[in-house]
Amino acid sequence: MKVKVLYFAALREQLGTAGEELELPAGVATVAALRSHLRGRGGAWERALAEGRLVRMAVNQDMAPPATAIRAGDEVAFFPPVTGG
Amino acid sequence: MKVRVQAEDFDAGAEMRALSRDPKVGAVASFVGVVREVAMTLEHYPGMTEKALQKIVDDAKARWKVLDCTVIHRVGPLAPTDQIVLVAVASSHRGDAFSACEFIMDYLKTQAPFWKKEAAGWVEARASDDRAAERWQ
Repeated sequence: MKVKVLYFAALREQLGTAGEELELPAGVATVAALRSHLRGRGGAWERALAEGRLVRMAVNQDMAPPATAIRAGDEVAFFPPVTGG
Repeated sequence: MKVRVQAEDFDAGAEMRALSRDPKVGAVASFVGVVREVAMTLEHYPGMTEKALQKIVDDAKARWKVLDCTVIHRVGPLAPTDQIVLVAVASSHRGDAFSACEFIMDYLKTQAPFWKKEAAGWVEARASDDRAAERWQ
């Protein structure tokens, strides 16, 4: 299935991209699984999305806990804890 | 209810006067966040940021008697003393207005996708902001 993935702020800079269209392999069906799949690219991806790093996730523009399911056509976003206000 | 994300500055006085036109309003509480000491650039997630702010306002309305409310958050480059954010809440009585205003600010700080970048790098999130939001749960 195909999804849109977006990266913001420090994560966008570390990964060198603001987003991509991604064809997910079978078995990647939650945001936690997608994070782990992206980590598998190694290098900056492994570092920026490492287990211990605080990374927030959203699905279709709602904050999403790790177990949140992903469906075809979803917009998934990864970003650092927010610092507005 | 008004939620806006914009690069332009805002007139807090005019926004608050606009909230007190309804004769049922007896109190308008407001908060203005200001850039302290160092210049910064604010990034956001267009679409999600507005949606998250609207949800926070809706949550506040469900908890307190809010007659009207305005939230304006700026993005882009900002200099010291620039205004960053306005939260203004109109209610019949001060208790609801004060509480809803503080709740909206505390949730905005932890739930709305904005990120500050200074010359020294991206600003780190603070645990004290998480604790401030948690006390409303």
